[in-house]
Parts: sequence; C-alpha cells; structure tokens
Amino acid sequence: MEILGAAITILGSIFLLLGALGVLRMPDVYNRMQAGTKATTLGTLLFLSGIAIGHSACACIDKTIILILFIIFTNPISSHALARAAHHIGIPLTDKTVRDELAEDTDEKKELLG
Amino acid sequence: MANLLYSAAAIIALLAMLLTLIRLLKGPTIADRVVSLDVMTIISLSLIVYIAALAERIIYFDVALVYGLISFLGIVAMARYLERGL
Repeated sequence: MEILGAAITILGSIFLLLGALGVLRMPDVYNRMQAGTKATTLGTLLFLSGIAIGHSACACIDKTIILILFIIFTNPISSHALARAAHHIGIPLTDKTVRDELAEDTDEKKELLG
Repeated sequence: MANLLYSAAAIIALLAMLLTLIRLLKGPTIADRVVSLDVMTIISLSLIVYIAALAERIIYFDVALVYGLISFLGIVAMARYLERGL
C-alpha cells in the first residue's frame, strides 16, 4: 500500500514538473496559464491522494478530500479571472494565434452600444 | 523504499518550483508573474501536505487549507485590480 501511494505521488510530482516547464517555455501568457493551471491541478490531486493512500495510519483522508475538492473548485476560477483580466488590459497574443473570440465578442458589444 | 520514493517526489516538486521561480523573475508582463505565483502556491501547498504527513501532525493540513484559501483570494483580487482598478 505504501509503495502504491509513493508511486502515485511520484506521478503527481512529474505532472507538477511538466506544468512548471510549460509555465517556463510557452510563448505567451494565455498558453502559460493553460499549462500551469491544468497540469498543476492534476498533479496536486495525484500528489495529495498518493500521500493519503501511503500514510493511512495518520487518519488524514478526510482533510485530504476537502483539500482536493477545494483545489478542483478554486483553481479554474482564479485562472479564468486572471485570463480575462490579462485580455482586458491588452496583453498581446502570440503570433501563432488563429482566432480570438473574446475580442470579437467585445467588439460586437461595443458596436451595439454605439 | 517508500520513504525514498516520497523524498524523490518532494525533490521533483521543488525542481518544479524552481522553474516557476525563473518565470517569476523573468516574466515580461505582470500577468506572467501572477500566473507563476499561482503555480508556485499550488506546488508549495502540495509540499506542505507532504511535510504534514512526514511529521504526522494533523494541524498542518489546516495550514495548507488556509494557505490555499488566501492564495485564491489573492489571485482573484489581483485579477480584479488588473481589470478595472481598486
């Protein structure tokens, strides 16, 4: 059981490392945000559940479940708010961007309002 | 054996934190810095839980929970500040 928990923890830490690598290497803010948020959510989830499985003696399952639920709910919200704010203050997208639907929507809204 | 694997996981997580620290120092815009701070907070939350299980202190889990809560509020407040000022 301990080995299984440790293996899951290692898997989670590898996801954390990949997310951090994405934050370092991606070309613009939005790509970095996507890599950082999604990969670290899964990585933290695996890390915490691996620790809870491995240390079943310390009776920390319930608090780990609360922490996992908390991270699943709050991490997308904060990254969404941050991406919206970054788009609003006009941080440029990378050259390889194909489509920017949020800009089209805000342009339409401005035209409707006159 | 299991303890060795847990230590390796903690070291990999520390390495991830170092990579985000580079982006925090380098980041050209303020949003980059906030993103990397967010990622660093999540990784350090995992490390706090690791230390709690290592030291067998159940109270450290509450520390991790409050830390995550405050970081979430901080990121949302920062996003709101960037969008339309305080």
